Amino acid sequence: MDFQVVILAGGTSKNLNPLVSKEVPKPLLPVANRPVLYYVLHQLEQSNLKDLIVVVEGEDSALLVGGWISGTFVDRLHVEIAAVPQDIGTAGAIRAISHHLTAKDILVVSGDLVSDVPPGAVAATHRRHDAVVTAMLCSVPVSGPSESGSSGGKDKTKKPGRYNIFGLDPGKQFLLHIATGAEIEKDARLQKRILRAVGQMEIRSDLMDAHMYAFKRSVLQEVLDQKDTFQSLREDVLPYLVRSQLKSEALLNGIPQAEENGIEKVRSQNNQVMVSRILANASTPSFHELCSVGPDGSAPVQRTHKCCAYIASSSSYCVRLNSIQAFMDINRDVTGEADHLLSDTSSDRNNIVGPSPKLGTKTTVGPHCMLGEGSEMGDKCQVKRSVIGRHCRIGSHVKVVNSIVMNHVTIGDGCIIQGSVICSNVQLQERVVLKDCQVGAGFVVTAGSEYKGESLARKEK
Amino acid sequence: MGAQKKGAAARVSEDAEDLARHPLQAILLADSFTTKFRPITLERPKVLLPLANIPMIDYTLAWLESAGVEEVFVFCCAHSKQVINYLENSEWSSHPNFSVSTIESHDSTGAGDALRLIYERHVIHGDFVLISGDTVSNMSLTQALQEHKERRKKDSNAVMTMVVKKSKHSPITQQSRLGTDELFMAINPDTKELLCYEDKAEYSKGFISLDKTLIADNPSIVLHNDKQDCYIDICSEEVLSIFTDNFDYQHLRRHFVKGLLVDDLMGYKIFTHEIHSSYAARIDNFRSYDTVSKDIIQRWTYPFVPDVLCGNSAIKVERQGTYRASEVTLSRSAQICPFTVIGQGTKIGNDTKISHSVIGEGCSIGSNVTIEGSYVWNNVTIEDGCQLRHAIVCDGVIMKSGAVLEPGVVLSFKVVVGKQFVVPAYSMVSLLQQPTQQDSDEELEYADSSSAITGAVDKVNGDATSDLSETRYGPTSELGTGGVGYIWSIFEGGNDEEWRHSVAPIPTDKLAKIMLEKDKDEELLTQDGNVVSPSGDLKSDSDGNASDNNDNEGSYVSFEKEVEATFLRAVLENHEVDNAILEVNGLRLSYNLASVDCAGAIFYSMMKWAVESSHNARASELHKNAAAIITKWKKLLKYYLHGIDEEIEVILKFEEICLESCREFSPLFPQILHLLYDKEIIQEEAILRWADEKEGADESDKVFVRQSESFLQWLREAEEEEDEEEEEEEEEK
Repeated sequence: MDFQVVILAGGTSKNLNPLVSKEVPKPLLPVANRPVLYYVLHQLEQSNLKDLIVVVEGEDSALLVGGWISGTFVDRLHVEIAAVPQDIGTAGAIRAISHHLTAKDILVVSGDLVSDVPPGAVAATHRRHDAVVTAMLCSVPVSGPSESGSSGGKDKTKKPGRYNIFGLDPGKQFLLHIATGAEIEKDARLQKRILRAVGQMEIRSDLMDAHMYAFKRSVLQEVLDQKDTFQSLREDVLPYLVRSQLKSEALLNGIPQAEENGIEKVRSQNNQVMVSRILANASTPSFHELCSVGPDGSAPVQRTHKCCAYIASSSSYCVRLNSIQAFMDINRDVTGEADHLLSDTSSDRNNIVGPSPKLGTKTTVGPHCMLGEGSEMGDKCQVKRSVIGRHCRIGSHVKVVNSIVMNHVTIGDGCIIQGSVICSNVQLQERVVLKDCQVGAGFVVTAGSEYKGESLARKEK
Repeated sequence: MGAQKKGAAARVSEDAEDLARHPLQAILLADSFTTKFRPITLERPKVLLPLANIPMIDYTLAWLESAGVEEVFVFCCAHSKQVINYLENSEWSSHPNFSVSTIESHDSTGAGDALRLIYERHVIHGDFVLISGDTVSNMSLTQALQEHKERRKKDSNAVMTMVVKKSKHSPITQQSRLGTDELFMAINPDTKELLCYEDKAEYSKGFISLDKTLIADNPSIVLHNDKQDCYIDICSEEVLSIFTDNFDYQHLRRHFVKGLLVDDLMGYKIFTHEIHSSYAARIDNFRSYDTVSKDIIQRWTYPFVPDVLCGNSAIKVERQGTYRASEVTLSRSAQICPFTVIGQGTKIGNDTKISHSVIGEGCSIGSNVTIEGSYVWNNVTIEDGCQLRHAIVCDGVIMKSGAVLEPGVVLSFKVVVGKQFVVPAYSMVSLLQQPTQQDSDEELEYADSSSAITGAVDKVNGDATSDLSETRYGPTSELGTGGVGYIWSIFEGGNDEEWRHSVAPIPTDKLAKIMLEKDKDEELLTQDGNVVSPSGDLKSDSDGNASDNNDNEGSYVSFEKEVEATFLRAVLENHEVDNAILEVNGLRLSYNLASVDCAGAIFYSMMKWAVESSHNARASELHKNAAAIITKWKKLLKYYLHGIDEEIEVILKFEEICLESCREFSPLFPQILHLLYDKEIIQEEAILRWADEKEGADESDKVFVRQSESFLQWLREAEEEEDEEEEEEEEEK
């Protein structure tokens, strides 16, 4: 498939402080003892999408990520690493690497997506409809990741949150309306023109944008060129394309409309329609074509483009790691209900309990736990629903519940850790009690201290 | 009420018994409280108008009977006596197991009043079917009723079930084949609850908005543009009391349905029931009259078709869907084409051709008559050589030989069309004069004036001798020699409606025009959509617009050049005006300019051409040329003149032309201005406003105002006179 994949891996996201640091940028955050980026790359590899550009914010992070990828996926994927400045937004990132894009279609994936939805299916949907953009939508998770609240957890609402409002055609193939961000809290305003063309539109508020898009390269580049204020793919580019789909503004062929002669325009559009109809294997033209055709079935008078949606089945797993709460949820899910994400043929295969753990007597490791290789635990420890990284040293009488312990962590005797994240190289001295805390890399917690709901990190020098 | 309470506790089987114990009731509104069928409805109630030679109300009643309704209350208001008389003399009065009783009112102004009156009578017990007497259907009520009752058991607030049917709106005119305006409904796909009902949605808005709470409460909402409201409602008893509580509710949809949907205090809910294979349609306007008639003839409404409804085999269906009653005298050479109904006792002469039409009873049609897609009611006389296309001709009309009805004509009762007279398209002709008061609220108007007019009608019918002689003097000229009747003027604003709701199909050039207008509207819509759009690109797009504005100046010049070239091509190659409009529109879109700019550019092109085509610079020839060009291309210019502002712009442009590019015109300024006024290109208001605006300008700027002073003076005086006249008229009233 002539698809180029752009993975927007991000850098040191503020949302995830203190988990991310210069040493551990966001793409390398461990999810079940593997960098989160692994899950995306693995899915892409499964779909045989091997021409990748990984976009990382910041040069240092890029080096780290590049080093890890070349070590892990050596020879299996063709990966280019591109470093971009921070805070230029997703659209800015694509703009920055635009000259690398050559394929007909571009698949843009967020690097923090942990999902079992095959990217190939999204790409295929995109191709089948000859769409300008295809967005993957997934069901809103019940204990949803919240983009605003980093502490999460406590104020979990029973009702699934709303992240996007989508309008779909009756066949659930085309994206007709999209509302993101602040728009969600307002009354939905739907374009009558699109509604008229399609006849009936389903408004769904129980879906969310999974940050996996397939774009037609020429269109994407042109939109980014023309609208230089567009910052975000999700909030600017996608809504723009959806909104203008029945009145495409000279996007399709990369020829500015003013230079085009009317007759040529009609002809090119005609071809477009034919090709797309053949590709879609459709005997009946879609509403886009119907709408573009004149009243007497003559040559098309309006240019249209298609915005498609790929809706992941509700049973599939699809979460983005964009908050600490999401980080914990994903770790729990991947070791628990979504453990099929782990069963693969990767070389550094992890068992749920690592290959050679040294467990003391009367130490129990509950189900849905993971223990990295080379970790040691003392006597009478309890581990429940937690992930413990590699080469950790855990003393005796330690309780670890609902927590994530990264690599090379030393935990003294009698510590109790609940709902917390302990980053790499942290040292917890004896009898530390942590509840709902995040401990940044290399931090030392002194003996006997108790913390609740705090974020502990070394001061940046 | 008892039924519901018991029903809530009972199982389904007992529920069925409940149904049996309480006869199913229906309220039939024999007055639509609208004026869409005027002038016909001034003399006869709408429900008694013949549909394939059978009064509409018979279709409704026959359906109600077949659907298991046992008791019908017919509410009559306008022409109530006629309805009551008809029902008393019809077979419905003596039908076993199906009682039809009438409720009469003289002062009801809408469905709300009707239902409040019925509530006071305490005749409705339990669920009832609410329908208006102009509905044709063959759907089965069983399922809808059952759904309604089951919902009621779970939720006593589910007060109404609306029947909807799929019907795609025309992408161009935004109206359904029944001629109704487009309708947007938001329905919860799981519960079928109606969440939003937008008819008559403001066309200009371009957006439909859904309340955020709706989206919060319903994870999935389906917004329909492809459904048609059948105006068949299954209501609970509460509906009547809701109308009583909300004394301002009048219209069933606009007030009641929307009121319930907006009001979340009481929590009443409305649900929908979609029918797929059965037929249901309401005759709301002339277009639906045409559509439904055709559907009946093509037997979509079976068993409610003429031959079955008449029962005693008075009408026979022949090949290709022609229906012929007994005692039809048909000349051998007459040609009856498919899908035609011919009533009893009608005579048809030689070489007459009738297609897709309904001919009533006792008509006499001469020779060489062409009738196409028309509805000719009873006892109509059509003399030799007449032509009727897509017209409605009421009882007793006489068309003298050679008269022609253009598409969309409606001839009300007893109108006489003179010899060789051509009735222009979309005319409404009646013996009664058009009511002068035109209320903005059509419902109120109808009720008010109908009572006033019924008197007039009785007079016409009663003392025919004196009154007719009177009327004969007045309108003779309007319908040719020997003609009797007034052609109703189509009042402003209704302009748009005449073709939309007429029996005649929409002409193709009209469609093309709408297409163009739609494009233009959408252009505006997307623009304002971007500005209002609250998303991140709010600033981005407005930024884009700002930068566009900067280079507008430059692009306008090239735009003007292109328009000029286009115009020249159109003149030299003798293009159609419509094509020229198309081309200019294309230019306008690509330069992203407003129609004001087009008007200016076109006018400039016209003037320039006038100069170029004149051989010598003599003012008289220039004036002649300009006049010819303006006359020929005024449609093109008019197309872009939407309001006063654009017209003022043209005048300003003209000043500019006179001062700069074509000085030849400057002495002719007042003449050309007068010409523009005469050709109705520029209204006097625009001219006067232009003069007012120039009032404070520099002396040099006022050259042309001065030149045109006499013309302006004349305009002002004319206006004053008009004002006075209007005042006088008002005083008279």
